[in-house]
Amino acid sequence: MTDGLALAGTLLVLGVTLAVAVARPPYLPEAVAACAGGVLLVLVGAIGLSRASDALRALGPTIGFLAAMLLIADGCRREGLFDAMGALMARGSGGSPQRLLAFVFVIAAVITAVLSLDATIVLLTPVVFVTAARMRTSAKPQVYACAHLANSASLLLPVSNLTNLLAFHASKLSFLHFGALMALPTIAAVGVEWIVFRRFFAADLERPRRAGARPARPELPRFAVAVLAFTLTGFALSSVVGIEPVWFAAAGAAAISIPALARRTTTPVVLARAAEPGFLIFVLGLGVIVQAASVNGLDTAVRAVLPTGASLGDLLMIAALSAIFANLVNNLPATLMLVPVTAAAGTGPALATLIGVNVGPNLTYVGSLATLLWRRVLRTEDTDIELGEFLRLGALTVPAALLAATVLLWLALKV
Amino acid sequence: MRALVWINEDTWEATVAEAAEFLPGDAEITLLHVTSTEPEAVARAARRGLLGRHPPPPATPETLREISEQAASELLAEARTRLRRPATLRARRGRVEREVVAAAEHVDVLVLARDGDRERLGPRSLASATRFVIDHAPCRVLLIWPDTAPALTTLPPPPPGPPPPQSACGRG
Repeated sequence: MTDGLALAGTLLVLGVTLAVAVARPPYLPEAVAACAGGVLLVLVGAIGLSRASDALRALGPTIGFLAAMLLIADGCRREGLFDAMGALMARGSGGSPQRLLAFVFVIAAVITAVLSLDATIVLLTPVVFVTAARMRTSAKPQVYACAHLANSASLLLPVSNLTNLLAFHASKLSFLHFGALMALPTIAAVGVEWIVFRRFFAADLERPRRAGARPARPELPRFAVAVLAFTLTGFALSSVVGIEPVWFAAAGAAAISIPALARRTTTPVVLARAAEPGFLIFVLGLGVIVQAASVNGLDTAVRAVLPTGASLGDLLMIAALSAIFANLVNNLPATLMLVPVTAAAGTGPALATLIGVNVGPNLTYVGSLATLLWRRVLRTEDTDIELGEFLRLGALTVPAALLAATVLLWLALKV
Repeated sequence: MRALVWINEDTWEATVAEAAEFLPGDAEITLLHVTSTEPEAVARAARRGLLGRHPPPPATPETLREISEQAASELLAEARTRLRRPATLRARRGRVEREVVAAAEHVDVLVLARDGDRERLGPRSLASATRFVIDHAPCRVLLIWPDTAPALTTLPPPPPGPPPPQSACGRG
């Protein structure tokens, strides 16, 4: 097979797999499509069996890490952490929509950083919605804040976003070093969101404070908080003690799941579903497909387009191009394609890629233009969203957040 | 007289009080609340944006829709208690401004409150949905201030007028 033909074939398989993941036809799960695509590419010789198994082996620890973090997040839900967050917001805001937004910002940023963006979107957002409804205040700024911070605050730690886990594995950074370099960029991105949100939703937020009975003091689930604290401490000390962070994640997942199994508050089937095996398989299949595209020339193409230096201009260009790319094809495939190239170029380019692929999706509320267009074609329920308003919010926050975060990353790298 | 009283979370007490005061005793009153479906749609869309993920359904039995419907029916019930007059309760969902206009078809008067800047007189005292409703209402409208109306001193100074006429025509 000629190189050009092989590249075109692999890109076609990649495109079909992503189309299935976006369109979600009921008869074809995306995990099946991704596996079939990977197997097909091996069978036609677009990628050798050994290269494919290398790709799987390289992704293995990341997938294990992801599964452990999903189990920890689910355990925190079971223990009542998210309900406690709702009670904390309700009590802390004292009936003021602005203070509620401040609480949502802080809590969504912390949950995203520690338990990943998925936890914020899947587990925290409904709690925020209920809190706003009970307070009789507009849920709109609060829900938009969850959606935006799930992306913007997901820069901080390797566990905050699957994209970070992929880059973390490819880079030679320790967990703590990663967090230290990304701390200022995260603060910058969240700060930009805060400034824009306060103005953008001024009409919703400048409502009089509603007096009412003060909600009860929330009871933090001590066990879940202790497990989280133990896991995070393990992550931080991993390079010192010479144990891979994934083992601390596994220990945390076991610590929060096994007692629940013993108490029968959960079952093995429920736990297995919480770890989302379909999603893990999808990521593995996608990894093989992207690897096939890379070895057939995509790598060279990415190298030709992305700068690989660590000057401020280079980092800004990498962040901007990564953001555009993430919006075109969704940030997971974008990361799989870009990170091998930028991680080889060094820490700065790898982290600038993450700023782009993590903050960029806020331009479209559904993760990518492809998804957005498809949802509009289907005329699904989210046509209730005023598209113009959402895109304006994205246009106001994303370029500024990318710029601020990348400049601060550049400064952090200088220190 | 058929009267439609549109209430929302921020101004419902004042709206209901004014409706009780100004609507004639024989008016057939309907209290209307419209829930914007946008926050639910944003939450759902963000979930769909997680490529490849199918998180298990939330453990809480209530969907976001049920939560907002319950909040709306509680608000309407409280409003009727405060009105102290018989009233029909109507809860609608969707784009707020369009739902209110649609509900105002075949009524004689729509009662609603200013819901923007309450500090000064002017166009900012109407938020965009309320402005749309007033602009498109298919009936008479009773527009109230939720608190006391701001003083006339909050008016901006008048724009500079045209130069005074030069000729002396009309005199004498």
